[in-house]
Amino acid sequence: MLTDPPPETLTTMMQAVRIPPFERFYVEHRSEVLRLLRHRLGVDAAEDAFQETFLRALKAYDRLEHGDHLRAWVLTIAQNVALDALRRRRPQAELVEPTAEVERPAYEQIAHLTDGLPPKERAAVVLRYGYDLDYEQIATALGSSPDAARQASSTGVRRIRRRIS
Amino acid sequence: MTVSPDLDRSFRDAAVTLGLVDVGFDVVDTPLGDLLVAASSHGLAAISFDPDPGEQLDHLARIGGPRVLRSARAVDDARRELDEYFAGRRRVFDLPLDLRALPPFTVSVLRELARVPYGETTTYGGLAARIGRPRAARAIGTVMNRNRIPIVLPCHRVVGSSGDLVGYAGGLHRKVRLLELEGAL
Repeated sequence: MLTDPPPETLTTMMQAVRIPPFERFYVEHRSEVLRLLRHRLGVDAAEDAFQETFLRALKAYDRLEHGDHLRAWVLTIAQNVALDALRRRRPQAELVEPTAEVERPAYEQIAHLTDGLPPKERAAVVLRYGYDLDYEQIATALGSSPDAARQASSTGVRRIRRRIS
Repeated sequence: MTVSPDLDRSFRDAAVTLGLVDVGFDVVDTPLGDLLVAASSHGLAAISFDPDPGEQLDHLARIGGPRVLRSARAVDDARRELDEYFAGRRRVFDLPLDLRALPPFTVSVLRELARVPYGETTTYGGLAARIGRPRAARAIGTVMNRNRIPIVLPCHRVVGSSGDLVGYAGGLHRKVRLLELEGAL
């Protein structure tokens, strides 16, 4: 006998179609994330950052609208975790811009616009306009507050406007 | 670059401890062979006789959500109770069950199934009568066949009206082993 499942079940089922199970995503990207973090932080600090990266990803994962560009998304999170760790380690030091390979934004369409933005602003703009995440989700992914995420995104957009006008 | 087993386990345990996982699963070694066991925050969600996670991930995501992650910690309670059951030290499972994604008819059948005592058997027709749907024996058979939490929800205790074992989604030999373990054969 068939009966419609409850609405929240339908939501879960539709989401399951849109984004892959986290286990598959994690297994596919964990080596690359660890490589990036070791390159940025060294072997020991990379382990904490690895865990932090995937915990942040997990917190935001069920609110993703789609499963496109997950590699860029998780590398962006890893990059921000690394930046946070470096800031804690050398609060006064000038941070080096990350390499283009790991810092490429999610959507190719906006890559040429977001290249050159400061990392936090770039991540916020990419997650807002590349992934259509709301500021609460972006805050979760970046480990900041929704207000700070909104601020970073709007500052990034203003910077882009100034550059192309 | 290989992620070390320690680092991998550390992340998986932290994810479960922080309550960030929709469905946690692991492979549990039993006398019936390896079982894939999955649990959500609502309770035990699935037991599969096919232990290959690759085959099960999408199914688990449809049950509980996309944050599906392998973790020994996630199924600690289920592993312990299954170990006790197979060692003959447990007759009733105390695990809460996650039946959220199932239609009401299926849930009512499974709740009645859960009342069939250890070491006893009933028939499809008998189960149908007990839920007040005496002509639904065939539909009951379908629910048994699709039971996603076998062993704990004891569909192995349901047999044909002539006493034939009839069938079992996990293979008839496993149904025989379970009934022998319980002293019903």
